[in-house]
Order: sequence, then C-alpha cells, then structure tokens
Amino acid sequence: MSEPLLVVKGLTKRFMTGGGWFARPRSMTAVRSVNLTVGRGEVVGVVGESGCGKSTLARLILRLIEPTEGDITLGGTRLSGIGQAELRRERRRMAMVFQDPYSSLDPRYTIAETLAEPFRVHGLPVTQQAISGMLEAVSLPASAALRYPHQMSGGQRQRIGIARALALRPEFVVLDEPTASLDVSIQAQIIELLAALREGFGLTYLFISHDLGLVRYFCDRIVVMYLGAVVEVLPDARAVPRHPYTRALMDSSFAPDPKARREIAPLSGEIPSPFNLPPGCAFAGRCSRAVEACRSASPPLTEEGGHAVACFNPL
Amino acid sequence: MTAPSPVSSALPGGLGVLRAAFGRPSGAIAGGWLVLIVLGAIFAPLLTPYAYDAQVLKEAFQPPSLAHPLGTDEFGRDLLTRMLYGARTSLSVSSVSILISVAAGMTLGAAAGYFGGFFDRAVTAVADLTWSFPEILIALILVAIIGPGVSGTMAAIAVAYLAQFARLTRAQIMTLKAETYVEAARSLGAGHAHILFRHLIPNALAPVLVSAMLATGDAIILEATLGFFGLGAQPPTPSWGSMMSSGSALLFKAPWIIVFPGLAVATTVIAINLFGDALIAALDIRDKLGSKP
Amino acid sequence: MSPLLSIERLSVAIGGVTLLDDISLSLDRGQILGLVGESGSGKSLTALTVTGLLPLIGGRIASGRILFDGTDLASLGPAGLRKLRGGRIGFVMQNPMTALDPVQRIGEQIDVVSRLHLGLSGEAARARTLDLMGQLRIPEAAAVAEAYPHQLSGGMKQRIVIAMALAGEPDLIVADEPTTALDVTVQAQIIQILTGLVRERGLALLLITHDMGVVAQACDRVAVLYAGRVAEERAVDPLFERPAHPYAAALIGCIPREGMAEGSLKGIAGSVPPATQFPPGCRFHPRCPHAVDICRTERPLLRETPDGGLVACHLAERIAG
Repeated sequence: MSEPLLVVKGLTKRFMTGGGWFARPRSMTAVRSVNLTVGRGEVVGVVGESGCGKSTLARLILRLIEPTEGDITLGGTRLSGIGQAELRRERRRMAMVFQDPYSSLDPRYTIAETLAEPFRVHGLPVTQQAISGMLEAVSLPASAALRYPHQMSGGQRQRIGIARALALRPEFVVLDEPTASLDVSIQAQIIELLAALREGFGLTYLFISHDLGLVRYFCDRIVVMYLGAVVEVLPDARAVPRHPYTRALMDSSFAPDPKARREIAPLSGEIPSPFNLPPGCAFAGRCSRAVEACRSASPPLTEEGGHAVACFNPL
Repeated sequence: MTAPSPVSSALPGGLGVLRAAFGRPSGAIAGGWLVLIVLGAIFAPLLTPYAYDAQVLKEAFQPPSLAHPLGTDEFGRDLLTRMLYGARTSLSVSSVSILISVAAGMTLGAAAGYFGGFFDRAVTAVADLTWSFPEILIALILVAIIGPGVSGTMAAIAVAYLAQFARLTRAQIMTLKAETYVEAARSLGAGHAHILFRHLIPNALAPVLVSAMLATGDAIILEATLGFFGLGAQPPTPSWGSMMSSGSALLFKAPWIIVFPGLAVATTVIAINLFGDALIAALDIRDKLGSKP
Repeated sequence: MSPLLSIERLSVAIGGVTLLDDISLSLDRGQILGLVGESGSGKSLTALTVTGLLPLIGGRIASGRILFDGTDLASLGPAGLRKLRGGRIGFVMQNPMTALDPVQRIGEQIDVVSRLHLGLSGEAARARTLDLMGQLRIPEAAAVAEAYPHQLSGGMKQRIVIAMALAGEPDLIVADEPTTALDVTVQAQIIQILTGLVRERGLALLLITHDMGVVAQACDRVAVLYAGRVAEERAVDPLFERPAHPYAAALIGCIPREGMAEGSLKGIAGSVPPATQFPPGCRFHPRCPHAVDICRTERPLLRETPDGGLVACHLAERIAG
C-alpha cells in the first residue's frame, strides 16, 4: 500500500433515540470501533446491506456527523478535534458524491450556479471558463450550464454532482452509492467516468456500495460491514472471502451468465435489531458455521497478509 | 416508467407564476379587481374632485347620485372619495403589518427550524400559545397597551399573525434541512448563513409568501374591525372600518354609508383569497401549506 | 394447446402518446418469462396492461389483444377483470413498503384475498393464510399474521405480498421488480421462492426486472424491451451466449462479473428518449455502436433466429455471426 492518506482509528457512533416524556432513550451503535486506512491513490470499497452503517461511516469520516469516539486523520491533519471554522477550511481537501442525484442539486439554481457554489463558499473567484472546464471534465456540453436540474436526466445530474465534488480539486472523495439510483446502463457510464477522473486528477476514493459485484470490479481493497462493524477486509478484488457473511453476499449477487446459475443456501433468520444486539458475533444467528464461542464473545478482526477477518470459524 | 422525462419546461419564474395565476378565470377576475382597488387607492386625488375631509353639512345624507356616485355621509363628505382614501389606509396598514409579520416570523421560524434545541422549543411554545388565542383578542390587548392609531394597529396585526408565519417557516425549514443538497453544501464547507440564505429560505419562500397574501385578506378584516371599534386610524383619516362604524348608527337612515365600505371589505378579501388560491395552484404548493383554515 | 398468456401485437397509448408499440409475447405454465429493459422501456406498463390496471393511469389499448387462458381481457369488463386480478392473476409490486395497508394486520390482508376470490369462510381463509406463510418459509407464521406491516423487515413484507398474490390460487404471477427495493441477500431469497413456486406448482411467472443478473439466474425466456418495442425475445441460454440485438448485448455488458478486467465494464451512451421523442427507424440507433443508414430510416421487423427466438435488428446476422 502506498503512503496512507486517510487513517481512521476506533471510530464509533452511538445514536440516542426515543427519549420522550414516557419513553427512556435508547442507544443504537450505528458504527462500532472501525479502523480503516486508505492509501493515496487507492480505491477502497465499503460494502454491506442496508443498516450496516456504511453511509454513517462515510459521513463520520467527513465529519458531516460528529463521531462519538475515535480519530480521523487526513493527510497528516487530525480532522477529529479541530474546530468548525478550521474544519470548513479543510473541506477543500475532501468531497462527497451523494446517492440521490435528484435531491442533491438545489432545484432553484442553474447548473452554473450549482457548480460555482464550492468556490463561493470558500470566497474564491469563479469564471465562465472554469464552469465550462468542469462540465467538460464530466463529459457534459458547456450549454448545460444554463439548464436547471429538472431539465436533466439522472445520469446527467450525477455528473453534475461529481463535477461539484471535484471543483476544488480535493485529494479524497467519498462516493456514497453514486450509481444506486441509476439505470444499469448509466451506472456503467458513471463508473467509467469515475475511473477516468481518478486517473486524471490523482484522486483517492472511498466507494460505498451495497453491490459486491460492482465493488469487486471497481475497488482495490474491500471492507465488508455487518451491523456497524467491519467483519472482513479483502486485500484485493480477487481475494477469496473467509467470513461466512462475505461468502453469503457473494453468493447472492447474480452474474449475467445462466451457466453460473446456482442453488443458493439462503441466509436463515433476520438481521437482529441494532437496538438490541445479541452478545457475541452479530452474524451468529444467521450463520451456518457458528460455533459455541460465536454466541458468547465478539470475534476480533485479525489480520494475516493484508486480509483481515473477524470470525472464530472462518472459511 | 416512473423516471421524469429528462427535458421539460423551464422552472416558472415570478412572472410565469403570475401569468399562470391570471390564466385561470377566478384568478383573472380576482386579480383584476385587486389591481383596480390598488390603482384607485394610488390615484385617489386624480379620480375625485372632492377632498376626503371637506365637510359640506348641507349636503349630508345624500343618497347616491350623479354628483356623489356613492352618496354622502353625515358630514356631507363624498363617500366615494372617502372609500378611495380609505382603501389607502386599509391596504397599506394591512400589507405593511403583514410584511413586518412575515419578516419577523420567517426570521424566528427559520432560526428555530434550523438550529433546533432550546431556542426552537421556546419559539414553538410561544407560537403555540399565541395561536391558541383568536387574532382579534391579541390585537385588542396590544392596541390597549400601545394605544389606538395606525402604528398601534400595525403592531397589533403584525404580532397577531406572527405565529402563523413562524410555524410555517419552521416546518418548511425542517423538511428542507433533510434535503441532500443541504448536506452537499455542508460537505463543501458552507457555513450556516450560506445554507440558510442560499438554500433553505429561497426554497421556503413560495408557500410563506402565498400564505402572507391570504393573511393580508384577514388583516384587512382585522384592521376594519379595530377601526370599527374606534381603535384604528383616527378621524379625519378615513378607513373602511371607521366608515362602517359611523354608518352603523345610521343603518336605517342612510344605509349606503355602511353598505359600500362593507362591500369594499368583502369583495377585496374574497378577491385576495381567490387570487391566493390561483397562486397556490400555479405554484403547485398546496401540500406545503399548513392546515390552518 | 395455446399458451396461458398470449400478448398479440399489443399497442398501448396514454393521452395520444403510444408507449407500447406492437408487442407480442407468450408465456406458458411452469415457465418464467423475464421482461427486461431500462426505465422508460415500457416493462412496467406491460405489467399494468396484463393485470388490467391500465385505466388507473389513464391508458388504453390502442390495438392488439391479450389472451389469458383463451379469453380476451378486453372482453371482460371491469368486474371480470377484478375477479381475474388477485384471483387467477397475482400481482407482486416493486415496493413492499407501500403495497401493504399500514393499519391492517398482516393476516387480515392475506385472508381477504381468499375470502374474496375463493369464497372461503373466515376460519378457512386464516388456515389457508397460515399454510401459505409456512410455504414461503415465514417463521412463526401465527405471530406474524397478528403483526402490522411496520413491524416487519422489507424482505418479510415482500414475502407477505407474495403470499397475497398466491392466496387467490393464481395461474399467473406478474412480478414488477420484486427485489429492487431489497438487500442482495434478501433478493436471493425472494428470487429463490418465486422460482420454487413455478417449479413446484406449475405457475407461470412474468418477471419484470432491469437486472440482467436476475434474468440469468431465474428466467427460462427473456424479452428485451427498448422504447416500447421488443428488441429481442429468446431462451435465456442463447441470449446470454450470443445476443443478437446490440441493445441486449449492451445490457449484459453493463453488469460487472467475476474477473472482469478494469475498463471492460461498458455503459450505453445516452439514455432512453421520452415517448414523445422516439426517433424514426430503429429506436435504438442513436445509442447503437453498429448503426448504419438503414437503421436511421427503416423500422427493423421482428425476425426468427435459428434457435426459435425473435430479434428486431437489421444487422442481427452480422452481429451474432
């Protein structure tokens, strides 16, 4: 791995909910002691199902949500612990692309105004040429500048979202399911574009997705999350999963090839409530390989040659 | 089939919305009437040969005639003239007080909705409290404190409608706050002022302005009511409310003195409501307005 | 014997705009037909037409007909359609979160289908409901039947929706993107349940999806729709092995697969035009890498492929060969 750009240590987020006149507040741990390192120029994928905490993790890293515990360091600057004013200056170095290209653009502003926003926020001058250049970088015609978001398709809007994120030439970009709201045909276009931009601008990506197939295609390393915790880190896209949950995820994604058709041993049981986690491994209740130890103690994430897994009985 | 078509008509701007509102029959009639009233109020001195305070006692209690199309009052003053000047008072007092109310209500509501916490709870509690009293009661209490007259009336109306705008703005801001473009602005390093003034308030504006338009109609009634009780604009300044008040004693002797100002209030308020409805339809924001009738 | 469902030269219009143009499909018992395409291709509209829900969105059949077990749906009238829908034709919608009534218990919502369509009494209906829930591997069926929708997970809700579709003893199930709103592991469960039902009970399943991976995993035949027309209709194996229509090939190429080299994932340039702006000739030609002059002017007609499929492309032989 190259020189580390992002180092995350023991990141934890507990949400308190409920808590009214008659209800006692309940706490839910959305993200639990996550350690993560992303090297400069790397694409790291974070994959998991809804409710696994991957989107919360993304927002914690950019401090769009304040972490309960843990340290975040980006390129030598400790992000956790700096004040709001300093944090806002640091935001030039990081950016985020959001899942929903429909609500991520303010309907009242033209594309040109939307793309000028990052500059305006930091009091920087912005020119017509700069806007045209940004549009060109995401393969949109300069004439798009005068349009409103509702006049554009989902794929075009997501290109605008990407152009806005890259406006101030950040080093680090979080991509939060950037293609999940788009047609598959458009998804591939956006992935191609992201790959080209990474090359062109020397970017580092954290790619959040529910689609293991897509993550394995696009990412250098893959972090698998289940119920707020990292259960496995695959050192490369081809690595064979050792955690039963990763295996189940992989079996559940269908290749576009009828010959690869298979009988799936479906996961039994339901995802436990994050308010009321069972002791031991959170996956034990659905796991066919669970042993006695899994139900009483949490398996630690242990690394071997870059491949880390949190399981007492790995594959 | 659910995806919207990639290219559709441009977002209607201010003029487009007005044109759409005037495009409906009810909107056109109501809007036309309002324009007429406003023009009449502005150009009152040019439209009538009389002065609103010129007493000609020998011409008192004249029924409508060619010389005095709406008749004269107990002091022989031309009623049409007083109606036109009265429109100045009614319209300006009600719209200026609603403007003050909207400005203050939006500020409070936006701050409460955006920052939340203790401030929000305080604003919500006070707004709920004032909302549980009829507007007229609040207005009467305030006039009693400040004293009768135009400024007292304006303050009373402004405070009476404050809660409505604060609550509506707060609800709007709370919904808009969750939009991804707000989070996107934060991720770019935007501060509170940028988010509030560039994203939240512009998007919350349309429903608040329409509701302000409708409230202006209510404010005209409130102003007339205060005038009727003698708490509004003081004589000899004419207002529709005080004209009705002086006419009420003469209901059987000279009914035109109370009927014409009453008709003016009624038609203006109905026109404002109809035009407000047309605006709501043109802006397509029916679902965003609260349920307060 | 004629097939269970036969759509013959169907055209559907909404407000003067033709959205489905000359679609022909057939589906037999024990078969799964996939209907695939991007949004705007007309696949959901086909589902609504087959289930007789077209008037709901102001659409009408402009020409052609739909035969269900030999009966023309158009001849049935609203009452007849209502009897068929939920009865012999079950419908599974895309979003299980909104398909269930939030204030009614799960059991009651399933009961009502068999009471209505099979004339069962309350008790018999509940017994049937619990039996169906058991077949769909819903644990603790009796307890779940007493629950309200918000107490269940998305995957569980979709199983309830499937139970509702099954409660009227259907011969045909129309499933419109039944797994799109679900997590991948849950998607796998639901697809397995649906394919199991077809194999065990000899149901016919019309499976509408945008995901070529789901098609490859589940379907026997597949119809690829583009801009309201059938581009290709074939058995699954030959379609994936050697797609004849460039659009079918492009859709397959959009999905990353095991061991794919970086940069080999190909999108399709542009997007489906709105129905008012469909181009002349082959509607796919502005996005097609192979397009030649004839594609821009002349509509390609559906032709038989050697393996018994249909393809609407001027260059099909050249591309497949």
